[in-house]
Amino acid sequence: MRARELIVSGLIILFFLACYFFSPKPMEFSRSTSVLIIFLLAAAFVYVFIRTFRGRFIGRRVVFIFVGVALVLPFFMKFPLPLQISPEVQSVYDALEKLPPHSKILASFDYDPPSAPELQPMAVAFMKYAFEHDLKIIIMGLWPQGPQQADQAIQAAFIENPDLKQKTKYGVDYVNLGFQSGYEFVILQMGQSFKSMFPADLYNTPYDSIPLLKNVSNFSNVDFSMNFSAGKPGTAEWVQIAVDRFQLPLAAGNTAVQAPMIYPYLKKGSKGKKQLIGLLGGMAGGAEFEKLTKKPAKATTYLLSQSFAHVAVVIFIIIGNVAFFREKKGKK
Amino acid sequence: MRRELPLAIAFIAGVIFFIAYFIPHPPFNRFENWFSDWFAIVAAFAIWLGALNLMKISFIKVIRKKSDWLHALLIIISFVIIVVIGFYEGYRGLHANPPFSFRDPGTAFDWLYVNVYSTLSATMFALLAFFVASASYRAFRARNLEATLLLLAAFFVMLGRVPIGDVITGWLPRAYQMSQWASWIMNVLNTAGQRAIMIGIALGLVSTSLRIILGLERSYIGGD
Repeated sequence: MRARELIVSGLIILFFLACYFFSPKPMEFSRSTSVLIIFLLAAAFVYVFIRTFRGRFIGRRVVFIFVGVALVLPFFMKFPLPLQISPEVQSVYDALEKLPPHSKILASFDYDPPSAPELQPMAVAFMKYAFEHDLKIIIMGLWPQGPQQADQAIQAAFIENPDLKQKTKYGVDYVNLGFQSGYEFVILQMGQSFKSMFPADLYNTPYDSIPLLKNVSNFSNVDFSMNFSAGKPGTAEWVQIAVDRFQLPLAAGNTAVQAPMIYPYLKKGSKGKKQLIGLLGGMAGGAEFEKLTKKPAKATTYLLSQSFAHVAVVIFIIIGNVAFFREKKGKK
Repeated sequence: MRRELPLAIAFIAGVIFFIAYFIPHPPFNRFENWFSDWFAIVAAFAIWLGALNLMKISFIKVIRKKSDWLHALLIIISFVIIVVIGFYEGYRGLHANPPFSFRDPGTAFDWLYVNVYSTLSATMFALLAFFVASASYRAFRARNLEATLLLLAAFFVMLGRVPIGDVITGWLPRAYQMSQWASWIMNVLNTAGQRAIMIGIALGLVSTSLRIILGLERSYIGGD
């Protein structure tokens, strides 16, 4: 069994290596090939349905193959899917549009690589938008890996739009203050003084020597803030301290798992004010933001893959339940 | 003294934070700043403490050849590599002109972060998709009313949060398309539920905090 598994794993790796070295780049299926693949997948699901209906469940490895195929193949397909803009994403975009050039944005990167596939595309889109509109970004992180994710987002934005690299200058257009330990207490302290928590930036440049941070002492000196979060400390803590206590205008980008917990902050309170301006929720939120900025990128590409995976899971749920009810009826 | 001192610290810090929230003026805001600074310092030490503890446990596992000692050895090797490279790049960056950070693109640390750490952690997280699919086929059953409601919500949200849901229901009027259903579930049902949970948690936190401040709750110092 172990030898067979090793052979299968080896063959899979060889297949992907062959695809990597010998396939035309960028590899893309024609429309007819894509339709044929979808048809074959549908036929395979019908087979699974019939098999399960007869009481013969398929093994989990087969389920894994289905999910793998549903996730990987859409990367090579080009299907323009209709993407509706949700009010939460529209609010983020509208708030950014209202900012005049040279506005200062505090961007907190509170996530790490496991959540990067979802959050990084929206971070890149945000950076591109900010640099193109001459918005100044102050980067920080409550998670140790956050500032590095921010750096990666900036580099990706520069690769996608090389003109940005020429016109943006570190220290003037953006600054990376790095990570600070202390969870929500960092936010609390920043309400009094940014410098007390970040006496120097990532390159050890003293706070007072950074041109962008001149006249920035606390939240009252930033015009907008954006939080990319995958957990705690994250958006909830920023809302509870920076927004509720210091009236910081805040928007957020969250993983799809975390987004439902953030929805209560999107509703207007008794004073008619929302705690959170808007929310980019998961891959869909990122893709919607990319659509609004008219620059479809990774989130849009990944969303097709996610769509297929969601459909696959829903079909599995339906098949499983049909078999369950049939079995239940049979017992009666 | 081993019991009284932590209790006194908890009482003083708790009372000061409580007062400073309502009266953010001297001297309370100054005390609050002190305690916040201390917390940041303690939290930074906690990171080291956690790392050193992991090393201690891993070393013991390797030396005593306990189960999965090879994994522990891998932890030690990975830890040493990343720490040494991180410090080396940090030292190099500080003395370079212009200075650079140990995690800047092009450094060895960044190479490890992008090509090893990021890819491995994303892979671990991505495995969830496969297990969820397997569970959806074998375990997600509409056995009772609650499970059925959960399944229906999952059905609408999963399809409604991706564009394919609107493709499937494209023949319906806009207000009845899948994304609208998902949006309604998230904004109404989910928000109501989340608020109830949040209020419950907040009430629990208030009572637990009060018990800690007043010294009634002593489990955090090993008491009853």
